[in-house]
Amino acid sequence: MLEGIGILSLTIWVPIVAGLIVLALGGDDRNADGPRTLALIGAVLGFLVAIPLWTGFDASTAAMQFEELAPWIPAFNIRYHLGVDGISMPFVLLNSFTTVLVVLAGWVVIKTKVAQYMAAFLIQSGLINGVFAALDGILFYVFFEAMLIPLYLIIGMWGGPNRVYAAIKFFLYTLLGSLLMLVAVLYLFVQSGNSFEILVWHKLPLTMAAQLLLFVAFFFAFAVKVPMWPVHTWLPDAHVEAPTGGSVVLAAITLKVGAYGFLRFVLPIVPDASHELTWLMITLSLVAVVYIGLVALVQTDMKKLIAYSSIAHMGFVTLGFFVFNPLGIEGGLIQMISHGFVSGALFLCVGVMYDRVHSRQIGDYGGVANTMPKFAAFFMLFAMANAGLPGTSGFVGEFMVILGTIQVSFWWAAAAGLTLIFGAAYTLWMYKRVVFGPVANEQVAKLQDIDGREFIVLAILAVCVLAMGIYPLPVTEVMHASVNNLLDHVAHSKLVY
Amino acid sequence: MDMKTLYLVVPLAPLAGAIVAGLFGKAIGRAGAHTVTILGVLVSFLASLVIFQDVLAGNTFNGAVYTWLTSGDLRLEVGFLIDPLSAVMMLVVTFVSLCVHVYTIGYMADDPGYQRFFSYISLFTFSMLMLVMSNNFLQLFFGWEAVGLVSYLLIGFWYTRESAIYANLKAFLVNRVGDFGFLLGIGLVLAYFGSLDYAEVFHKAPHLADQTISLIEGQNWLVITVICILLFIGAMGKSAQFPLHVWLPDSMEGPTPISALIHAATMVTAGIFMVARMSPLFELSDTALSFVMVIGAITALFMGFLGMIQNDIKRVVAYSTLSQLGYMTVALGVSAYSVAIFHLMTHAFFKALLFLAAGSVIIGMHHDQDIRNMGGLRKYMPITWITLLIGSLALIGTPGLSGFFSKDSIILATQASDLWGSGFAAFAVTAGVFVTAFYSFRMYFLVFHGKERFHTAHAGHDQEGGKDDDHHGHHHGGHSTPHESPWVVWLPLVLLAIPSVYAGWAYIEPMLFGDFFGASIFVDSEAHPAMASLREHFHGAGAMALHALMTLPFWLAVAGVAAAWYLYLVRRDLPERIRQRAGILYTILDRKYGFDDFNDWFFAGGARLLGSRLWRWGDVTAIDGVVVNGSARVVGQLAAIVRHLQSGYIYHYAFAMIIGVAALVTWFVD
Repeated sequence: MLEGIGILSLTIWVPIVAGLIVLALGGDDRNADGPRTLALIGAVLGFLVAIPLWTGFDASTAAMQFEELAPWIPAFNIRYHLGVDGISMPFVLLNSFTTVLVVLAGWVVIKTKVAQYMAAFLIQSGLINGVFAALDGILFYVFFEAMLIPLYLIIGMWGGPNRVYAAIKFFLYTLLGSLLMLVAVLYLFVQSGNSFEILVWHKLPLTMAAQLLLFVAFFFAFAVKVPMWPVHTWLPDAHVEAPTGGSVVLAAITLKVGAYGFLRFVLPIVPDASHELTWLMITLSLVAVVYIGLVALVQTDMKKLIAYSSIAHMGFVTLGFFVFNPLGIEGGLIQMISHGFVSGALFLCVGVMYDRVHSRQIGDYGGVANTMPKFAAFFMLFAMANAGLPGTSGFVGEFMVILGTIQVSFWWAAAAGLTLIFGAAYTLWMYKRVVFGPVANEQVAKLQDIDGREFIVLAILAVCVLAMGIYPLPVTEVMHASVNNLLDHVAHSKLVY
Repeated sequence: MDMKTLYLVVPLAPLAGAIVAGLFGKAIGRAGAHTVTILGVLVSFLASLVIFQDVLAGNTFNGAVYTWLTSGDLRLEVGFLIDPLSAVMMLVVTFVSLCVHVYTIGYMADDPGYQRFFSYISLFTFSMLMLVMSNNFLQLFFGWEAVGLVSYLLIGFWYTRESAIYANLKAFLVNRVGDFGFLLGIGLVLAYFGSLDYAEVFHKAPHLADQTISLIEGQNWLVITVICILLFIGAMGKSAQFPLHVWLPDSMEGPTPISALIHAATMVTAGIFMVARMSPLFELSDTALSFVMVIGAITALFMGFLGMIQNDIKRVVAYSTLSQLGYMTVALGVSAYSVAIFHLMTHAFFKALLFLAAGSVIIGMHHDQDIRNMGGLRKYMPITWITLLIGSLALIGTPGLSGFFSKDSIILATQASDLWGSGFAAFAVTAGVFVTAFYSFRMYFLVFHGKERFHTAHAGHDQEGGKDDDHHGHHHGGHSTPHESPWVVWLPLVLLAIPSVYAGWAYIEPMLFGDFFGASIFVDSEAHPAMASLREHFHGAGAMALHALMTLPFWLAVAGVAAAWYLYLVRRDLPERIRQRAGILYTILDRKYGFDDFNDWFFAGGARLLGSRLWRWGDVTAIDGVVVNGSARVVGQLAAIVRHLQSGYIYHYAFAMIIGVAALVTWFVD
């Protein structure tokens, strides 16, 4: 390990520096293997430096680990303060891991401005790690905003025909949301006696009125990112226009930032408001599961369908958070990780077909299994994981959240449980129309099965999906201490009158 | 090898076979694939035999294999419960699976998906074993869904056929409706018992017997009742009970071996097994038991009716399966759990036999499944003929054969029950005997007796819209003379025919009246005396068979056979005339009581309509149209006004800044 630089700093800066190097050296698209290889090395390095977070993690404590602290803007007491606990650590790993897959997935598919494309993903990866590792409010805010920029560029430059609309919609939606958060952060700074320390805010007594206002401010920032109904409409557009890699990162990581925000800011800082507004969060979550589940059913564009399915699955996450018990919160966290694998894999699957046929319309396919049997097998696995089949990671989170919810309310759990039917219906109906059946047209007849690169990417994800489905214990164990600590915060009122 | 290792071997051997055949099918070839999977199942079967002997000797086991996850105080484990109930199921599953594996060598001989098929059926065997060996609700649900997955994959095995991929989606979704209830039931178990471990839950159950839950304002229900009904909804999906039965007939789109294995002998009985396993819970709720019994009775009788008019050989057997599953469910409802499991076992043998024999007929008929095109086959397919006859006789309850002992016990137990609805159930299971005999022998006579119609039958067959099974990979060239199937096909028939004959009289005494099940099945004899009354009147298997000759069910069966004989061999013109006279009645049966139409229209159509309305009106119009793009428009218009503020004069800006700073300071300092 480099002297003086902590692991978390490495997970942030290694990808960013690698990205800058790729950007500086890259250029010629006709000979793009250079930047590709360089980007892959950067991504793999970024993942490797993150591994000690897992191996060296002490699951017995809820305290922040791998902490780093340095003054940044002393005038305002803004500090470069990093650290992870059992809630954030898995996401740093997930993000670093996904970056490797995304670089691989874009290998030969992206043909224009290759270096810039790869660089954007690397830089974004570092910034997102920053979001999960930041313990200083302003630092968090900076990473939170900055990570939008690469994604905005990815959609805007390598996206589909309607990319500009989608990119701007995405950007404005999320930016508007986070502006309110800035106000909240400044307010907390003043209230806490000039501290931007998130952990200090966790202990800060607040009046109910202040808590409610802060809740609303944070809610907009994070709900847009999750996204929760009804501020979700940017997501399907962004997904449809984004290149495959963009969709993967968007689904696997970016959405998680919003959900993470609820755990890091909302629940511990404004616990009383959280209890007060539980009805709102639960209602919106259940609307996401039921309403969005039905909407997903009628989509004709595969990416849109998976995007809506993402919203429904994220509804489970917020539902689990706001039932305030270990099963719910850990189930929500597991669901976040699993959704990273599963939706990422599904977008990659759509990408595999899109690269060959250049269409995302379900109607343009049919009988893909005839020409791409290996691909069909992978797609089946991920479709089943999306439908929450036991033995896959998709089951674990949903199961835990439903079990957690039913302890609070039978009918909430029943509404959430509908996903068993809806999730299977929209996923498998799409699968049936795309993969099963006789060969539908000449395009499908000419399809080539997945090549070695695609096989490796999908196989890695398949292993993750199955491993987490069969043996989720290691993942839940790292969370226990932090989740229990969080629940402790939530259970204790910090109202002042 | 110690027993614990052996327990692991039982499910893992088929899993290993499935993985090898599935991932390396191309490398090991066809012979390699069937060798490795059959070896896996054979090992599993032999291990099950050893375990069965061990259980008979009084050794049971209940323990964890590994911890799946922990959360809060909760610890969810994967583990095994080996007791008489699971030992019987393991034997039945592995034995039928072994027969089906061997049979598949012949049946799928020309299919390009040979290795894939073997991989699937071995995977199924693994999943089913995990289900029956489980010692907790989580793993039960895992196996429950896993068998559903394999069923889905196998119904849609010929994935280029529209009817097959329609049927498999339907099967999965209908099962998911059941699983929805099942999962909520499991959730309530956890919420009230604080554990998902069988032993712990059953231990606590009596203490929670009086606890109520209020799901609807002002209505208090027993927690146990709600839990049992929710769990049973799961069973209704998996064991195809009315009104979730609709998927099973369509599942016949799958290759015949899996119809025998999954959709007759094992998977569809998972629901029956589950309720029997949960007997300590169901015994606490008369309401739930009545519910179970009535649902079972409806299924037993009304699904039998549908079997009477089917012309596709597999569909006759499929409706018969539905009806027999109804019988088992009735047995559960009258607290005769051991009888239900007994019928499950005998049914597994003779129904797998019937399906495999039907498959043999289908091979002999060059993949024509319409029984109206058959006739006189006994000359050409003697082994299939005899074995199918044995299966049919067992099914209709011929005294002495296996089906008689199990089914007659169900009828007797139902008559002895005094729960709400038992009168109807007793009527349904008794009347069902006539129906069973009629459809079974209608099929039997049409296939094996009478005029040979296969030379001239092509026209009629085409009218039926080509409901034939497996022309995939086979050529459908004209109707040559039928022929007996190869030994890999008829050997399993013979193997299954043996227990179809003797398993009844050999095992009725220990399984029903002895101490065989021990503590694995719990009956509250005070409240539900049906079993006790049965035991009182039982004086040996021989006496039971003799006595039956003087009872109504026997004569109903005789009447059913006679009616089939008269209508389909003597007066061939009558069925058509009855059909025309029956008019509306026939239409109702032909439309399967309208369930499919209703489901398609209401649930499938309704969900799609609702989805597209929500999307168009909610997302596109309201949220995006009005709020998002609307606010963009408003911003645009505002900007047109605000633009005037950008005057370019420094003092305007400076003034604005001062006001802003003043406002901020006021706010912060406040």
